[in-house]
Amino acid sequence: MNIMTEAGVEQKLAQRTNEPPIKMKGEKVNVHYGEKRALFDVDLDVRENQVTALIGPSGCGKSTFLRCLNRMNDTIDIARVSGKITLDGEDVYDPKIDVVELRARVGMVFQKPNPFPKSIYENVAYGPRIHGLAKSKADLDGIVESSLKKAGLFNEVKDRLLESGTGLSGGQQQRLCIARAIAVSPEVILMDEPCSALDPIATARVEELIDELRENYTIVIVTHSMQQAARVSQRTAMFHLGYLVEEGATEKMFTNPDDKRTQDYITGRFG
Amino acid sequence: MTDAISTLGGGRPVSIHTDDAAKARLKTRYAAEMRFKWLGAGAVALAGFFLVLLLSTVVTQAWPALRMNYLMLPLDLSAAKVDPAKLDGFDFQGVINDALAAEFPDVTSRQDRRLLRGLISTGAGTFLRKDIAEDPGMLGTTVDYAVPLDDFADLYLKGLLADVGTDEAIATTVTPSGTTGDIELTFGDDAMLALARGHGATEGENGALTLTSGAASLLVALNGGTVKLTALAPGDGGTVVAKGLVIEALDSNAPAATGQAALRVIDTPESSRKISDKEIVWLDRLQSEGLTESRFNSIFFFTGASREPELAGVWGAVVGSFLTMIVTLAIAFPIGVSAAIYLEEFAPKNRLTTIIEVNINNLAAVPSIVFGLLGLAVFLNFFGLPRSAPVVGGMVLALMTLPIIIIASRASLRAVPPSIREAALGIGASKVQTVFHHVLPLAMPGIMTGTILGMAHALGETAPLLMIGMVAFIVDIPGGFTDPATILPVQIFMWADFPEPGFQQKTSAAILILLAFLVIMNAIAVILRKRFERRW
Ligand SMILES: Nc1ncnc2c1ncn2[C@@H]1O[C@H](COP(=O)(O)OP(=O)(O)O)[C@@H](O)[C@H]1O
Ligand SMILES: [Mg+2]
Repeated sequence: MNIMTEAGVEQKLAQRTNEPPIKMKGEKVNVHYGEKRALFDVDLDVRENQVTALIGPSGCGKSTFLRCLNRMNDTIDIARVSGKITLDGEDVYDPKIDVVELRARVGMVFQKPNPFPKSIYENVAYGPRIHGLAKSKADLDGIVESSLKKAGLFNEVKDRLLESGTGLSGGQQQRLCIARAIAVSPEVILMDEPCSALDPIATARVEELIDELRENYTIVIVTHSMQQAARVSQRTAMFHLGYLVEEGATEKMFTNPDDKRTQDYITGRFG
Repeated sequence: MTDAISTLGGGRPVSIHTDDAAKARLKTRYAAEMRFKWLGAGAVALAGFFLVLLLSTVVTQAWPALRMNYLMLPLDLSAAKVDPAKLDGFDFQGVINDALAAEFPDVTSRQDRRLLRGLISTGAGTFLRKDIAEDPGMLGTTVDYAVPLDDFADLYLKGLLADVGTDEAIATTVTPSGTTGDIELTFGDDAMLALARGHGATEGENGALTLTSGAASLLVALNGGTVKLTALAPGDGGTVVAKGLVIEALDSNAPAATGQAALRVIDTPESSRKISDKEIVWLDRLQSEGLTESRFNSIFFFTGASREPELAGVWGAVVGSFLTMIVTLAIAFPIGVSAAIYLEEFAPKNRLTTIIEVNINNLAAVPSIVFGLLGLAVFLNFFGLPRSAPVVGGMVLALMTLPIIIIASRASLRAVPPSIREAALGIGASKVQTVFHHVLPLAMPGIMTGTILGMAHALGETAPLLMIGMVAFIVDIPGGFTDPATILPVQIFMWADFPEPGFQQKTSAAILILLAFLVIMNAIAVILRKRFERRW
């Protein structure tokens, strides 16, 4: 159905204007690792209270782009980022911006669950403590509890908050990492293949959680699984060899992509 | 099927992995594996053998030094002898000598009295003075006091002096002609002649034999006394008449029946021995009277150095080593760990840091004596710090230990998985917070292990400390970081150099103490590693 009716176009326009405001915006983002160029002029918007999925074959630059959003690439000596990335209109690479504050606003969950080898409580309490978010011990307890609840982990661990976080199962560990990210009240949460190390049941739990979190947070998720992207995201961006191939509403991307490469990728012809 | 597989006579199909050539290849592979296994096992066995050899030698040598023989003497400390008001210039050794002389009323000649006094350590008076100072209640009475023996007397009682013979019963009657002085002994048969000949007696006329000072000592014990034979001649009716010198007076000149007298042959001539016949007889007497007592050698463990083997202790060196190690740790640990953290976590990777890195690795390989020279030139000559002091020794050893700590710390910092760093940075921890809250605690067991091993290395180091004068002979136990001191390995080195046999045991015992320290330190390192091993 390529031919659109007048009404259809109008409806589309209305939808556009109804779209939530832009939370983060990448303009002509380029990343070099030493001599090697990993991203080529990527323009991508991340909208508030939506889940944006980044898909594409391995090594196409999804993680690289994601890590630009909270400047985690700063920790890689050879990485150079150019272009402009804004958070609520502010350039995050502006020298005046403090990375510590930026990362408190843009939290991150990693591919492999990486809880600190400390107690469950300490894992969650660490962020609020260093950012001075709790005025008292009771305050901190409250933050820990609500974060664990939001991450859907509280009931499972409430009796063993002082046990080591590394003793949990893989899926629980990943939810603990999400709770840890939530505890500092970020505005955006970046997730880099958060389910790739989890079994299907744990994956389903995390996906459910992501859907719930959308209400309060803006989420950018890198995923290898087309189904996952389709299930949890509202918008999808397809990367290939460092280029942003196509970006749009998830539904459209999966049913009627504009680009042949997207089509090939989601139908499993390469990847 | 394919030509790679053919079937021979309906058996298993033969392929390139099952034919004869393959079996031969497999066999050589197994043979190589076996050879390697045996070589490895052999190397381990050899190393184990030498370790056991080393330990058993040291332990057997050191064992006797852990105990020491004392003489229990009743000391007359009554007011008539010791004036409590004038203790300062008092001759405490004299009181002890008097008490010993009282045990041997027969010993009267000046020469013999001096020999007798020699059985007792020259430091005995000092101990007595110290004990009286601590417990003035001893004064005014007669007290039984444990007097340390001289090193040779001690060694003799421990049975460590080679070739002092044992008593054997004489299978004939022996008749003495008197009880003191020069006497004659008449033996019931002539077995004695052959025996004396066999032990280096000089032949005289008519079958007479003389036992000169270059011959073995023949001591005959009978009637509660001891006679040293000087000459023998055949007597009437197959008897032997021997001339002898009484060392210990006999009770009577009654004939001793067969088996009642005993002969002791000491093959080493008296002139080439460290302990004379008289001393042997006296010590035997003291021992048989139950006046000697083997006790835990507190002198060795709790006193400082001395030129007298029986008075030399290891405590001064232990304290010196301890003070030195404190200085080393206080300098090397903070600097080493800070340097490692900076290089590993903060320093940019450029030309300069690469050069620094290479040079730290090189420093770890510099011979330790070079650090000693550096300490001499810089700390002593340039900064004018005191010689022989633990503070300087500690600084020199710190320089030596620094590269070891830095390398070990960097390795364990690097072993902390990057995911932990990312986790901390990802929730907005600053670089310093990430390092100090997360990375360093995880690296700490490794850092501590490296530090302890570095310290153990420093503890055993001798050469650099010789350069800064810690080899000096220091009697006093060091009381602070700037007092002159020596350290355990240097003490061992010095003792090993002394000729007295008493120092041999002390050397081994000190080595044992050093080894014990090293084992303890290594055990702590192992425990720390096991205890704090973290999973992530
Ligand atoms: N730390 C790094 N150093 C050098 N090259 C890197 C680094 N991280 C990623 N790259 C390169 O950048 C490209 C994009 O990687 P990445 O963003 O991780 O891909 P993915 O889409 O699989 O997440 C890859 O070619 C990769 O080799
Ligand atoms: Mg990736």
